[in-house]
Amino acid sequence: MDPRFEHLYEALTKVDGFIYPNEIDLAWSVLIVLYPYITGLVAGAFILASLERVFKVKALKPTYAIALLTSFSFLLVATMPLIFHLGKPLRFFEILTTPHLTSAMAVFGFVYLWYLMVVLLLEIWFDYRHDLVIWSNQGRGMKKWIYKILTLGIKDISTEALSWDQKLGYAVTIIGIPSAFLLHGYVGFIFGSIKANPWWSTTLMPVIFLFSAMVSGIALVMVIFMLVNYIRKEKIDMKCLDTIGKFLLYAIIIDFALEALDQVHRFYVADESFDTIYLLMSGKLYITLIGMQIIVGTVIPLIVLGFMQFYKPKVKIRQWLYFITGILVLVGIFFMRWNVVIGGQLFSKSFNGFTSFKLDLIGAEGFLGAAIWMIVPFLILAFLLWLLPPWKKISEHF
Amino acid sequence: MPIQLRRLLLLFSVFIIIFIVIRHFLVPDSFGEFGHYRGDALDEIASQEVKFMGNQSCVACHDSIGTLLIEGYHDYLQCEVCHGPGYQHNVNPVTYHLLKPMERTDCAKCHSQNKARAEDGIIQQDIDNHHPERKCIECHNPHQP
Ligand code: HEC
Ligand code: HEC
Ligand code: HEC
Ligand code: HEC
Repeated sequence: MDPRFEHLYEALTKVDGFIYPNEIDLAWSVLIVLYPYITGLVAGAFILASLERVFKVKALKPTYAIALLTSFSFLLVATMPLIFHLGKPLRFFEILTTPHLTSAMAVFGFVYLWYLMVVLLLEIWFDYRHDLVIWSNQGRGMKKWIYKILTLGIKDISTEALSWDQKLGYAVTIIGIPSAFLLHGYVGFIFGSIKANPWWSTTLMPVIFLFSAMVSGIALVMVIFMLVNYIRKEKIDMKCLDTIGKFLLYAIIIDFALEALDQVHRFYVADESFDTIYLLMSGKLYITLIGMQIIVGTVIPLIVLGFMQFYKPKVKIRQWLYFITGILVLVGIFFMRWNVVIGGQLFSKSFNGFTSFKLDLIGAEGFLGAAIWMIVPFLILAFLLWLLPPWKKISEHF
Repeated sequence: MPIQLRRLLLLFSVFIIIFIVIRHFLVPDSFGEFGHYRGDALDEIASQEVKFMGNQSCVACHDSIGTLLIEGYHDYLQCEVCHGPGYQHNVNPVTYHLLKPMERTDCAKCHSQNKARAEDGIIQQDIDNHHPERKCIECHNPHQP
């Protein structure tokens, strides 16, 4: 065979039916799956923190600082999958230096910066300022200097100054809630606005993304909260854990209802793309959609958490149940992102055929490359918990 | 104004000023000359090596094949879809030779049966059973099938 056509024949083995040439290889692979996953965790964890601070769910107090730090460490990594997905990663800053204000994708840089600089950093700073001042007077060596820098040279811890911390922190949290909605609603917006793709193009997309973000963020903080207590050999505050479980249940119910609404609507309308979409759901996406996303990630957690609202097993068992459901939910939401991003590229926009996707092991777009971006946030979080241990905090917000 | 706020405002202004300064150096000079992109990019792209030439350029020398093609069923095919990119050949016709796709699989790329492809677009042929023992071009002239 002519070597110039070899790649073509190899590529065609992946294809069923008719497909346009530019649809054979997926442009967005696992890194673009991670990006909405990680931003979702950021927004979700932040919303859990706001539940405590703004909506005054006091039982959640022990998770407040952990939720903020979790949100922060994942936010620091949120752009990395995107940057490494670029053909020229070193040019990523151009999106900020030459902003294109009518492009939804380009606006992400600003949504991100706003959320990082104005919301999360400030909220953590106001919350920790009192402690930073105290710690900067106690410790020795490097750590002391880090604290000194972090106080920005303000030593004032008079009651008046502290009450300003409270007020400003509160204001930032209030701004933060719509910002978190913006951050993640935005990601859904990107997919929802691709009108040529019937699997993505629905106005519900931002809302679905938002609620699935809450689900995953709450589950993540729950798991981290339990791990932190386990590592520190502390008893877990069961009242807090039960409350997280309850809110996780609520979030899953809303999320599931919205996603079901979306699908039922698709089935009922059954427009010209429906046959393909139906084949997609019952074929290429069967395991990840029905198996992982719906059964493992939604139905089982719903049953377990729902059951625990009526009957509370012994503490040890309950902890295990929470831990396992937390993990299941995290896996389920990962596959929800997978089904959106990968699923949307598996069928031809001619609605006459499919391509297939195989995840490589190595390479920036491979499994290991992606795994790095799921591990790094935990390392950052470990560092932050060491630097700013919530359990050593003296100050309390109201 | 509380001291925290004043300090933060100061810090943010410093950030913004640094950003503006950095931006000044990072944005290429020709940016925005014609639109939201680097103006020089146009020249750079224009100076890239050409690969495809189009039918008119081939017909200048291969005029008989050109008329043959126009009169037959393959009239709206590009020469280069079968023969490959022709720029180098146009410059050095005698030294740089183009492909001659003479195998059955070469025609099958377009004519094999494919249920998903519209029948009225390209005539489909059952390649495995349509005179399997010989090459397509022994019976069909590729330029006027
Ligand atoms: C459907 C595919 C196809 C198209 C379109 C096509 N050719 Fe060909 N061409 C062939 C094949 C196959 C051969 C080899 C025929 C042979 O050797 O018998 C060939 C041979 C030739 C030859 C060599 C003839 C010889 O006697 O050695 C020339 C010159 C040529 N083509 C020019 C053109 C030009 C010019 C065009 C566009 C106007 C064109 N071809 C379009 C398939 C094509
Ligand atoms: C400047 C005149 C000229 C142009 C323009 C030209 N050819 Fe040719 N072509 C020739 C000559 C001369 C030969 C014979 C070369 C030989 O026999 O060594 C030839 C031979 C061929 C052959 C036979 C295979 C080979 O390389 O010997 C093919 C196929 C061919 N040309 C296709 C094309 C196509 C397609 C184009 C348009 C992209 C094109 N030619 C443009 C002059 C030209
Ligand atoms: C790039 C795609 C392509 C390739 C390669 C190609 N063809 Fe075609 N062929 C077409 C198109 C398009 C038509 C026009 C169909 C129509 O008008 O309905 C056509 C028409 C034909 C017809 C006439 C069908 C009729 O309506 O009676 C024959 C015969 C044919 N091709 C044979 C060949 C042979 C033999 C080859 C290999 C040398 C070949 N084709 C390579 C695209 C291709
Ligand atoms: C033995 C000579 C021979 C060979 C080899 C041959 N064909 Fe044909 N082909 C014919 C004849 C004769 C017809 C017209 C009668 C018919 O429809 O069967 C024809 C018709 C066609 C048609 C038009 C069918 C239609 O319904 O109008 C296409 C397309 C075609 N051939 C493509 C090919 C391709 C592609 C190959 C190589 C894989 C090939 N042929 C090999 C002799 C041949």
